[in-house]
Amino acid sequence: MYTEKVMDHFSNPRNVGEIENANGVGEVGNASCGDIMKIFLKVEDNIIKDVKFKTFGCGAAIATSSMVTELAIGKTLEEALVLTNQAVAEALDGLPPAKMHCSNLAADALHEAIKDYQAKNS
Amino acid sequence: MKQIYLDNNATTTVKPEVLEAMLPYFREQFGNPSSVHWAGRMVSGAIEKAREQVAQLLNCSSAEVVFVSCGSEGDNFAIKGTAEALRHKGNHIITTTVEHPAVLETCEYLEKNGFEVTYLPVDKDGMLDLADLEAAISDQTILISVMWANNETGNLFPINEIGEIARRHKVRFHTDAVQAIGKVPVDVQAAKVDLLVLSGHKIGAPKGVGALYLRRGTRMTRFMHGGHQERNRRAGTHNVPGIVGLGVACELARLNQEKDYAYVRRLRDKLEQGILSTVPDVKLNGHPNPDLRLPNTLNVSFNFIEGESLLLFFDMKGIAASSGSACTSGSLEPSHVMKAMGVDIVLAHSSVRFSFSADNTEEEVDYILAELPPIVQRLREMSPLYQREEPTPLHCDECRMVHKAS
Repeated sequence: MYTEKVMDHFSNPRNVGEIENANGVGEVGNASCGDIMKIFLKVEDNIIKDVKFKTFGCGAAIATSSMVTELAIGKTLEEALVLTNQAVAEALDGLPPAKMHCSNLAADALHEAIKDYQAKNS
Repeated sequence: MKQIYLDNNATTTVKPEVLEAMLPYFREQFGNPSSVHWAGRMVSGAIEKAREQVAQLLNCSSAEVVFVSCGSEGDNFAIKGTAEALRHKGNHIITTTVEHPAVLETCEYLEKNGFEVTYLPVDKDGMLDLADLEAAISDQTILISVMWANNETGNLFPINEIGEIARRHKVRFHTDAVQAIGKVPVDVQAAKVDLLVLSGHKIGAPKGVGALYLRRGTRMTRFMHGGHQERNRRAGTHNVPGIVGLGVACELARLNQEKDYAYVRRLRDKLEQGILSTVPDVKLNGHPNPDLRLPNTLNVSFNFIEGESLLLFFDMKGIAASSGSACTSGSLEPSHVMKAMGVDIVLAHSSVRFSFSADNTEEEVDYILAELPPIVQRLREMSPLYQREEPTPLHCDECRMVHKAS
């Protein structure tokens, strides 16, 4: 059902946890669908220096969260804001069709965290 | 890697004695039992022997057993066949909110065709209020359909009492006994049921065969049209090897159920007590009294983590179980059974079902009890709901739109 990359990121998720004194935090999803993702950012000089995540959800939800952290680290905020859920799914070699709605929210969570950072620093 | 199969409510392995009994009916005894020639004659006796074996398990006459292709067909036949045959008497059916989809969706189909259906609620333990059931009966009621045991929680319904109520009000009574057969005693006379459905692959027979108990004198409209098989009650060439296998599985169940399921019960109780005493924030789903659940079923919610993730980690350790989370049900919502019991939405997504057979061992239970707590802890530490102070977001606009559209 899942690709090897999904299973790799699910079984060994990168950047799990919280960032103390994170300067941007975003959360998307809800308990009704069964997926909630929370992203913590450390932004310096407009660049994402560190990202961590916490996710309640299925294999796809955890794998996309892990992948989005890898894709975001080192990017400028502008670059990170154009990262799409679709791009995250493609970086994992695709997700099963049934998982495209509920579990593919990782880029949304990242964007929420960036907006939170921008609101606090404007 | 170890392979531990704890999903026996989903399906079981074919028992060696069953497979052995079936094999001659693929090559040497391949005839159509409806044929008059030697090839047909060779197998017709096998069908009748299997019918007798099923009848003995259920405590009925073999003429009351109709072979079908699966549990879902049996439930469809029982409910639609009754609805059509008794349409002149009334249009009301009583069932429960926790039935298998083969019953629920059949009732929903009938609702679109002029029938009225009462779906009885269950309490937080998943049990029915029999006063509710009796109060729901009207002069239009033609059928009561209540499962013998629930597939997700293992809850056993008071079938004998429901049979008594149905008989008193002269209403036909159907029970989906797919999960109960072979695990607890099932006696159609004591239970006063008129229609009962069982499925082969839940009891060590192959997939693709089941049986419907049809009490003598119960008028039914035909469901499968075609040939004259099963005394005109169900058309279609007999699945001879499957029927032979079902017969042997029923005989084994009759002989071994008490012994096997006393053993299974010990394993289940050990896993249940082990999980509840070692893992914090776990909720048992189903009746707290283990006597009121199937001896093989344990359904627990591991709070703060989602069921599919847990199943995938179990799978990496060779443990096969199932979950009521939306992700594993193929829909956008978690289990309808958890919803009917009023289980909190996060806990419904977190539910995991372990279902044993007599092939499981105590060593397997020890292995699970050793492997499970670190997996749960790891997923909890990954969860934004664990040790959370702010409220959990509960609703999803996009899902609501998807529901409206579908």
